[in-house]
Amino acid sequence: MPRRARVPAAVLLIAPSLVVMTALFAWPLVVGVGQAFSGPDGATTAYVRRMLDDPYFWPAVRNTALLVVVLVPLQFAFALTMALLLRERPRFHGVHFFVWVLPLAVSDLAAGLVWLSVFADRGYLNSTLDHLGLDGYAWLSYQNTTSMFLTVVVAELWRSTSLVLVIVVAGLQGIPKDYDEAAAVFGASYWQRLRHVVLPQLRPSLQVALILRTILALETFAVAQALTGRNLPLLVGETYEWYNVLQNPNVASAIALVVLAVSMLAAVGYLRLLRDRTVTR
Amino acid sequence: MSRRRRWSRAAVQAACVAITLFMGVPLYLITLAALSSRESLNRFPLPLVPTDPSTETMSTFLRSTGVTGGFLNSLTVGLGTVVLALVVGVPAGYAVARYAFRGRDTYQLSLLLIRALPIVVLSVPLARVFLDTGLYDTTYAVMLIHTALALPTTVLITAAIFVGVPREHEEAAMIFGATAPQAFLRVVAPQALPGIAAAAMFAFMLSWNEVLGATVLTLNQRTLPAQVLTTLSDSPLAYRFAGGLALVLPAVVFIAVMRRYLLNMWGTTLR
Repeated sequence: MPRRARVPAAVLLIAPSLVVMTALFAWPLVVGVGQAFSGPDGATTAYVRRMLDDPYFWPAVRNTALLVVVLVPLQFAFALTMALLLRERPRFHGVHFFVWVLPLAVSDLAAGLVWLSVFADRGYLNSTLDHLGLDGYAWLSYQNTTSMFLTVVVAELWRSTSLVLVIVVAGLQGIPKDYDEAAAVFGASYWQRLRHVVLPQLRPSLQVALILRTILALETFAVAQALTGRNLPLLVGETYEWYNVLQNPNVASAIALVVLAVSMLAAVGYLRLLRDRTVTR
Repeated sequence: MSRRRRWSRAAVQAACVAITLFMGVPLYLITLAALSSRESLNRFPLPLVPTDPSTETMSTFLRSTGVTGGFLNSLTVGLGTVVLALVVGVPAGYAVARYAFRGRDTYQLSLLLIRALPIVVLSVPLARVFLDTGLYDTTYAVMLIHTALALPTTVLITAAIFVGVPREHEEAAMIFGATAPQAFLRVVAPQALPGIAAAAMFAFMLSWNEVLGATVLTLNQRTLPAQVLTTLSDSPLAYRFAGGLALVLPAVVFIAVMRRYLLNMWGTTLR
């Protein structure tokens, strides 16, 4: 095939995807900025001010930030533990792995409903406590902010850790065992090998997982809706409230832009921070 | 030493069982709840083993307003998303795998960036766009945003698959007189088919699970998750449990079918 014919062919093949992504990503972004910053009579900051003055906004910011800060490190520790346990080839490891990745395809809404059956006032957790002769607890009551937050963390931990797990397991499979075995021959302990041999080689996988999970955690919403309604406001949940319940697309757009901006900052920040040793492909 | 080893083996086994219980028990409980009668759900404490299994809760849920319609809409949107994502994504994946064109790195990087961004938050301005173009409250609107969500992953997965099909096979076909499209259809496509099927399942599952975009972009043409979400606050617990099981079941089937491809799809190709 003549060499110059290749460029047009490739462009022809990727053109449809460029059109779709421009139409559904770049264009709504422009429209969204317009919605958030302009009213019927020209440019205005009224919607942004209304967003900032809303009593739910700052709690939503705080809860979302807190969720990312608590959930992400916790689930990385959890996923690493799971992956390292599987590396020991325990009995029935196929079954264990299958059960551990089941939540991979469970939606956040479904996960919220699953854990609702556990944490509801007359749900399975309080039933179990009652069977054991203990008093129940109103886990999801709006008065118990901490336990409400913890139920969301548990549900998200249950649902979204499997994503980190598959990335880490795939990463571990790509690491040759030789280094680890060599370190063992020279008398390195398990923890020394983990710290100085396995984790450094796992770094690229962990970075990808970290970026993905941070941004996905910023989007958490349906879990909290299913468990607590609006009692535990989160940013994307506020977009939903303003659009669907309060029917104000302008403020909803403003909040959506906040979420998008924070996600972009997080993505760029991570890439900057980790750039020196990052492989982009 | 060997005694210590035996101890640590036992600890590993115990930890695995504990984690499996944590991951598995909630699924058992939602199934138990959804298959209990409404009357037994009102009892307290709830029995932890099935005492009188009943399909009453499930069938009440399925007969509720909007549930059958939502189910059909979810199916339509999911299949439409698969078709659109493949039609647009497979050629792009092929181009990324086979051609060294200018801007390829930029293209791949922007795919990764878009994949990482919460595009669903753009559904509010998209609703404006769709209102203006008459697409609002149609299954097509939801299909389009789900396609945008699935596209980057589809391109990256299919590119990884086409890299795995030897270029020589294609060239051999062309030496024997096949045109480039013929060589693709007869030689490359059959070898790439299992992987493309995996990409299709991935797109379907993504669409089946997505709730915010579907809720914002529709009013009457709700998908199943959108229907469950919008009726959440004024529906009884039994309805919510049944809805939970209805949303979870396809996910379990999906993972069971896709076991072999999981590590490839979520693991390696994300990089």
